[in-house]
Amino acid sequence: MQTIKLKTPVSILSSASVAGVKEGLGPLKNFYDKVLEDAEWGEKTWEKTESKMQTFAVTKALEKANLKPEDMNYIFAGDLLNQCIASSFGLRNLEIPFFGLYGACSTMAESTSLASITVSSGYADYAVAVTSSHFCTAERQYRQPLEYGGQRPPSAQWTVTGSGAMVLGTGKSPYITHITTGKIVDMGINDANNMGAAMAPAAIDTLTAHFKDTGRTPDFYDLIVTGDLGKIGREIVIEKMLEKGYDMRKNYNDCGCMVFDLEKQDMHAGGSGCGCIAITLCGFIMEKIKSGELKNVLFAGTGALLSPTSTLQGETIPGIAHAVAISREVD
Amino acid sequence: MTNKEYIDYVNKKTPNSKILKNTVLAFIIGGHICCVGQAFSDFYRIMFNLSVEDAKTAVPITMVFLGALFTGLNLYNKLARYAGAGTIVPITGFANSIVSPAMEFKREGLVLGLGAKMFTVAGPVLVYGITASVIVGLIYYFIGGMM
Amino acid sequence: MAYLGSFIVGGILCAIAQILIDKTKLTPARILVLYVVAGTVLGALGLYDIIERVGHAGATVPLMGFGNTLAKGVMKAVNEKGLIGVFTGGITAAAGGITASILFGFLIALIFTPKDKY
Repeated sequence: MQTIKLKTPVSILSSASVAGVKEGLGPLKNFYDKVLEDAEWGEKTWEKTESKMQTFAVTKALEKANLKPEDMNYIFAGDLLNQCIASSFGLRNLEIPFFGLYGACSTMAESTSLASITVSSGYADYAVAVTSSHFCTAERQYRQPLEYGGQRPPSAQWTVTGSGAMVLGTGKSPYITHITTGKIVDMGINDANNMGAAMAPAAIDTLTAHFKDTGRTPDFYDLIVTGDLGKIGREIVIEKMLEKGYDMRKNYNDCGCMVFDLEKQDMHAGGSGCGCIAITLCGFIMEKIKSGELKNVLFAGTGALLSPTSTLQGETIPGIAHAVAISREVD
Repeated sequence: MTNKEYIDYVNKKTPNSKILKNTVLAFIIGGHICCVGQAFSDFYRIMFNLSVEDAKTAVPITMVFLGALFTGLNLYNKLARYAGAGTIVPITGFANSIVSPAMEFKREGLVLGLGAKMFTVAGPVLVYGITASVIVGLIYYFIGGMM
Repeated sequence: MAYLGSFIVGGILCAIAQILIDKTKLTPARILVLYVVAGTVLGALGLYDIIERVGHAGATVPLMGFGNTLAKGVMKAVNEKGLIGVFTGGITAAAGGITASILFGFLIALIFTPKDKY
């Protein structure tokens, strides 16, 4: 069994998101708490900007839940930078007991999973889950300098600038009910410009496990989203899940395809990065759950567990996906 | 499904680059950059009476300057999005590959950032270019005389 | 005529590199290395002179021309100085371009800061 049903359903007390300029021009622009006006947000380095986004997301989420940092028992956070500095630097002044995570772009689901477990098991009254990514910090970490004149292949994805945070506790709707923890899946893709295809098998593996373990079918959910598979990965998931007997054609989407207008914004295969699912979930999806348009949602953060070193050494790309089920009502 | 089957499936699924369009753009833009070089060559020879040999040195210096300046002005990468190899192959692209990491890593310091990272992309060109020239020189020295 | 030659020869050199990038997944850095080494070899064999006669700046501006300069320089230095020329010839001939790259690279990087891409 990869899936646990939480003994006490965990409440999502609040969520908050901050998005970058490009994201603020995308289709979900009205659902972010804040949209940046430039890449720097008054900071000297983009690493500082990314940290500031995490600080903002957590502070804003706490404010919405009417809680203070000292009420929090734990914060689970991670990002894409070496040694996860966006999280540790962004959260150091909040003085909340801190667990730093690395799950690449699956971090939102990983942090939410762990935070839910601590709350549900009674070890925490409140816990926060947060993650972030920034286009400029990710480019210099994984790819080329910003001003380098290169062409992106059609399968390339664009790292989302943004951060999303969720405050978890108990008592009120909506609830986190199930957690499916993914295994590392590597099907031998080694093209770092085709992350969607590298991560899709992990998403398929986790989603299949979720449906098998819970006995649910895809139509139980009003919306199933994956983190940042982009256009190619999304098509792979739909086709392969259908082959396995799970029809997700109607209610499945990928945050990488939702966060940008792929054609108008010339986004090639779509968005990526920890922030991709974080801002889509903490903005758009939570808003739709609150309004009642969405009752049951399954979100699966997807991560490519590569590093620039492993890419240079010609290694294949291991993928991971963690799924979290959210419901407006529990029995 | 084996890894190999999956990789084949992914390769079928992944859209190819638009090679025809990319190649035509690379040809046109790359060709134009070379014409700019030719214009400078003529300009130096006519206006400054430079010899053909000196013009051959002055033109790359000028093109390197332009490549560096356009990179600084945030224009080179915009052109490169369309031009592809058309902006990589000319020596302006060599300048771009030097300036872009130097700018990018300035925040890590002037010595270990800007200075050290300057040749992260262009370094290999010098390593292999100079090594090749040494090999050419050695061959030429030892057996060139016999030919 | 020099301009037509420049345009066509320079354009073809770029087009070949583009096809290599799109078809073979060779990264641009590898293409540049390939070009400079190819230029050195063609220069050593005297073949690059032919390309240059037709292509003018279309042959000298692409990085292959840089390789040609290295080869020509090393051969000239070997003629003049013998074995020591093997070590000095290449860089001496390419000194203008290399120094310009470092100097302008340094100055531009000091003045300008990279911008986000929207």
